[in-house]
Amino acid sequence: MRILIVEDDAATAAYIKKGLLEAGHSADIATRGDDGLQMAGDENYQALVVDRMLPNMDGLSLIAALRKADNKTPALILSALGEVGERVEGLRAGGDDYLPKPFAFSELLARLEALTRRPAAAARQTTLRVGDLNMDLLAREVTRGGTPINLQPREFRLLEYLMRHSNQVVTRTMLLENVWDYRFDPQTNVIDVHISRLRGKIDKNFDAPLLNTVRGAGYILRETKA
Amino acid sequence: MKPKRRFFHSYTSRLALLYALIFSASTLFLFLFFYRFTASYMTEQVDNTIDNEIQSLAERYDARGLEGMAALIAARVRRQQAQATGDWIYLLTTAAFQPLVGNLSQWPRNTATDAGRIEFDLLVNPESGERRLARARVFSLPGRYRLLVGRDVKQLTEAKRRIIQALTWGSAIMLVLAFAGGFVVSRRAVRKIERINQTARSIMSGDLSRRVPLTTDHDDFDQVAENLNRMLDRIQRLMEDIRRVSDNIAHDLRTPLARLRQHLEQARRDSDPRSAHHLESSIREADSLLSTFNALLRIARIEAGQMQSGFDFMDFAALVGDVTEFYEPLAEEKQQRLETTVEFGVQSRGDRDLIFQALANVIDNAIKYAPRQSVIRVSLIRLHAEAVITIADHGPGIPAPRRERVFRRFYRLDQSRSSTGNGLGLSLVQAVVSLHNGGIELEDNHPGLKVVIKLPLIAQPESNASAAATADLQQPGRRRRGVIRG
Repeated sequence: MRILIVEDDAATAAYIKKGLLEAGHSADIATRGDDGLQMAGDENYQALVVDRMLPNMDGLSLIAALRKADNKTPALILSALGEVGERVEGLRAGGDDYLPKPFAFSELLARLEALTRRPAAAARQTTLRVGDLNMDLLAREVTRGGTPINLQPREFRLLEYLMRHSNQVVTRTMLLENVWDYRFDPQTNVIDVHISRLRGKIDKNFDAPLLNTVRGAGYILRETKA
Repeated sequence: MKPKRRFFHSYTSRLALLYALIFSASTLFLFLFFYRFTASYMTEQVDNTIDNEIQSLAERYDARGLEGMAALIAARVRRQQAQATGDWIYLLTTAAFQPLVGNLSQWPRNTATDAGRIEFDLLVNPESGERRLARARVFSLPGRYRLLVGRDVKQLTEAKRRIIQALTWGSAIMLVLAFAGGFVVSRRAVRKIERINQTARSIMSGDLSRRVPLTTDHDDFDQVAENLNRMLDRIQRLMEDIRRVSDNIAHDLRTPLARLRQHLEQARRDSDPRSAHHLESSIREADSLLSTFNALLRIARIEAGQMQSGFDFMDFAALVGDVTEFYEPLAEEKQQRLETTVEFGVQSRGDRDLIFQALANVIDNAIKYAPRQSVIRVSLIRLHAEAVITIADHGPGIPAPRRERVFRRFYRLDQSRSSTGNGLGLSLVQAVVSLHNGGIELEDNHPGLKVVIKLPLIAQPESNASAAATADLQQPGRRRRGVIRG
């Protein structure tokens, strides 16, 4: 996919661009707010990475201007100001996600991929399916290979989020924000414990594991050829 | 801390007491002087009258001899007895004190001399035994006759008594007034000092923006207050400088650290698998440094009170349920039981993410330090318009003298610093609790640690109140108070 990076710090911009290229995407860089707005309007990007503080025009105004022009390109806001109030402000201005600096590139990439996938996943589905794992959203039942799996409500939500984002990396903070709906730093590896419990229920006694750990990034739920 | 005790212990009240004492002593001295002066003047008057009488008796003696004088004395005594008034005392005796003429039955005994005059007790009424003081002068006449001329000084005695009475009452009233005046004056002073004290206390409890109020008196206290305020301005400025500097350090160090992390990550992606391991641990180190800086900055921002923007209406029962549910698998790994009791319907305004973080920090500690197979109890109740959240474990606890210190930044009970964590967890908890105007207490759980967090409940808007009530009605099976998980 093609991504526009609007970031005045050259080192950070280059770092993001290099990472995106390695992940098989293409990227352009704008270093000023007004340039970024023009490029986003002229070209057809799948996603925007916008720094909050930019020369000439700040990131929030840029996104607000785009939305006014009916441009719905998903935008991820980068900011050194990571607190809740600022996050809410950013999302209200029309941003789709908010990532405080400093960030791990894997986190940025996972979030960008989740953003660009969002429209498809948001479609009204009543069942989700990954390999032989089935989730019935109405009956709230999960089966794998026809065997029913008993899940706690939170485990169900965790699995639902993973299935909606199957075949893409999901980071721990993404899980915290979307499954638990709290923005905080858990200090310990609690998420890993939750994942391993879920893994024990959906992957134990089955040959091909679906829920995999991506080192240094997060987790991925995908069908692996056994 | 009781005002009464403080009043008698304060310097100003002691000053007032001293003032009242000195004032009383000097007035008493003045009264004494006045009394002595008046009394001696009155005595002098009596003596002069006696001397005049003696003068007239002496003239008669010179003219008509002893008999003539005796006749005059007898006449005077007769007249006095006939009129039943008069205070004169006469007695003329022989050398052997044999009375010749006069209204005194015998020469007085037990006399006191005072500058050539004598004073003695006079029996005025033999039946009642009433005695009065008399003052007289005695002479020896040729032929060794003796003459006594004096006066019953009952009026003088009465006058002296009245003066003493008046002065006693006057002194008593004056003493009362002196102490009352001292009390009033000193209370004004105490009140002024108390205002300064109050300000100092609220400053010590963290509100550095407070200043001592000035009065329009422009007195010494106002000068003290002004100087104090100027000092506070300076302290506040210095503290803001320090905060800014530490904020800047954290912020400025964070940026290069973030770049370092970027480079490390880049290097790991480019590197061969052998060095990847080292790079990964380097990234982990950078991450832990970054998270320490983030925590520091976060505490600084919370303490600066800039975070109230995240406040929204929230339900404590749901939040406590969520946080314990989140940590339950971790406790289960250590075979600990996380027992949660919540009271439903405890709602207030607050930052749910921050409160979640605070509870998470405390519960994380409890799980970390409590032994395997122990029980950790988490409870939420509403008490006196406060949400009281208690987290009690059976771990090693914290010895009482060190409980205050654990809230300090980078303070760790485990001095070896070998355990995980950055020593900022409880500092953050305290910052969050303070932001919500709440309090946190550490208690002994016999054995273990009991953390009690109290957050004042802010009255909820009407619309939300009715919404909460209907939500409850729709769930008849839900108990008002119950164990979520045990």
